[in-house]
Amino acid sequence: MSWGVWGLGVSIGSRPALHEIDLDVVPGSIAAIVGGDGAGKSTLARVLGRLIPFESGKVVLPERPAVGYQPASSGSWPDLTVSENLQFVADAHRLDAAEKSRRLDGLLAATGLEAARDRLGAQLSGGMRQKLGVAMALVARPEMLVLDEPTTGVDPVSRFELWRLISRSAAEGTAVVMTTTYLDEAARASFVLAIEAGVEIVSGAPEEILDSVRGPIWSTSQLPPDMSHRWRRGSQWHSWSEDGSSPSGAKQVEPDLTDILTARTLMRQGR
Amino acid sequence: MSNLAIIDGLHKSFGDVAALRGVDLEVGPGEIVGLLGANGAGKTTLIRCLLGLILPDSGRVSVMGLAPGRDVLRRVGYVPQGLGLYTDLTVSENLEFQSGVYGVAEPDSISSLLPVMDQAVGRLSHGIQRRVAFAAALSHQPELLVLDEPTSGVGVLGRAGLWETIRDASAGGAGVLVTTHHLEEAEQCDRLVMLADGVVVAEGTLVEIIGPRTAVTVAGGDQARNMDLITEAGLVGSFAGTGLRVVGAGIDRVVAALGNEAGLTIHEQPATLEEAFVDLVTA
Repeated sequence: MSWGVWGLGVSIGSRPALHEIDLDVVPGSIAAIVGGDGAGKSTLARVLGRLIPFESGKVVLPERPAVGYQPASSGSWPDLTVSENLQFVADAHRLDAAEKSRRLDGLLAATGLEAARDRLGAQLSGGMRQKLGVAMALVARPEMLVLDEPTTGVDPVSRFELWRLISRSAAEGTAVVMTTTYLDEAARASFVLAIEAGVEIVSGAPEEILDSVRGPIWSTSQLPPDMSHRWRRGSQWHSWSEDGSSPSGAKQVEPDLTDILTARTLMRQGR
Repeated sequence: MSNLAIIDGLHKSFGDVAALRGVDLEVGPGEIVGLLGANGAGKTTLIRCLLGLILPDSGRVSVMGLAPGRDVLRRVGYVPQGLGLYTDLTVSENLEFQSGVYGVAEPDSISSLLPVMDQAVGRLSHGIQRRVAFAAALSHQPELLVLDEPTSGVGVLGRAGLWETIRDASAGGAGVLVTTHHLEEAEQCDRLVMLADGVVVAEGTLVEIIGPRTAVTVAGGDQARNMDLITEAGLVGSFAGTGLRVVGAGIDRVVAALGNEAGLTIHEQPATLEEAFVDLVTA
């Protein structure tokens, strides 16, 4: 049986939070859920973590102990040390003593937290806390790993280490789902689901998404005319129009995920 | 034209911890400078010195030709990471308060904020709060704009909108200093300054900072097996789409590590800014 959500609908109170969302969760791969603040990313992560009920659609997940979930707050306890946090999770999953110490040593090494093993959760930097949170979600060798914004506010070095940790886990066969607002990160995932206001904007492998806009995307230094969809990129304007026509003096660009998702979101809004 | 912000040989320690160890940085009119650095690299200390909130141990800070202080702050716009808004006050009260502080007229209404002018800021989404913070920081037409992680947590359209605002301010002559952890934000800047352990480790455009660094991509074959072989060879690999990406090693070492595997496509490509950053900071 494959895992995932299909036709998922969720409301928070009376407000619809997700509508008709499909996502296959595939072992050995990383799926990135992208979207801005309030898009519904955390809601989807919480459904996958079995923390909230859903209203409609189909959700197929592994048995509860086989899902590792990390909330956006990192999920570590501030008044426990790094190794106590990990031990607590290991004990909750009833790991035997030998397996526990092997697993903890392995995760402390992989996260670079060895030197901080006796430091309190409250004394960790944001990046260290997120790495601890991912390590905690990995303690019981989950079949599915759900990470809610593990890299938001995390510095580039810690972010790189986190990505290696997540990669490693996927390489060992874990089905990883992570939410992020950063598209350079999503571009490295195997699959991307972009949502805004609870609905899908586009989904697919990064290279499929890059191919999902018909016609050229243009770059100009002057504000392009009103009829095209346009957005700022550095000192330039990028634009796309239905008929493919180019603004005067424009150069065609090789679009990245930011260009494509911006264009698709603008198209969806019809402006 | 003279630079709006000049930081020269700045040193600042807190007890035994040296937060800044001889930092130079300049922001010119109309220029957008990205300040990058790991947590604890000294970015926040640098901004505090620039705004005159703390005094450096040694070195010089000059903003619009003056030492930092109240007269200077009047000509600076600052959006902290926490946004610095009064969450119990409405949008219009926040803007009114800010204009009062600076002694300027209230800013022209921003069309996208019109529907929420009478709502308490704390009840608005983070994306809208950010727009309010920008409106407040820009209300007195600052000559220097200091932004801390301006688009953290913002979606693609919100990000494009905020950068449109930042670019408009710079086109009007304002200098902008942006701190950021993220490549996409850094790419929008005209020039980057990379800080590690209180010193500037690299400076220049995106292309200049990446320099000759490369990454090697591996496609095809069994990803998990490739990753094992890469790791056994003492190299650092990570997933990238359906393949792997190896940094800090030339193509020859990657080929040597994977040489006996069939059906692989191995390429050398320019490194990303993030990869260059990790290389510079951990070197």
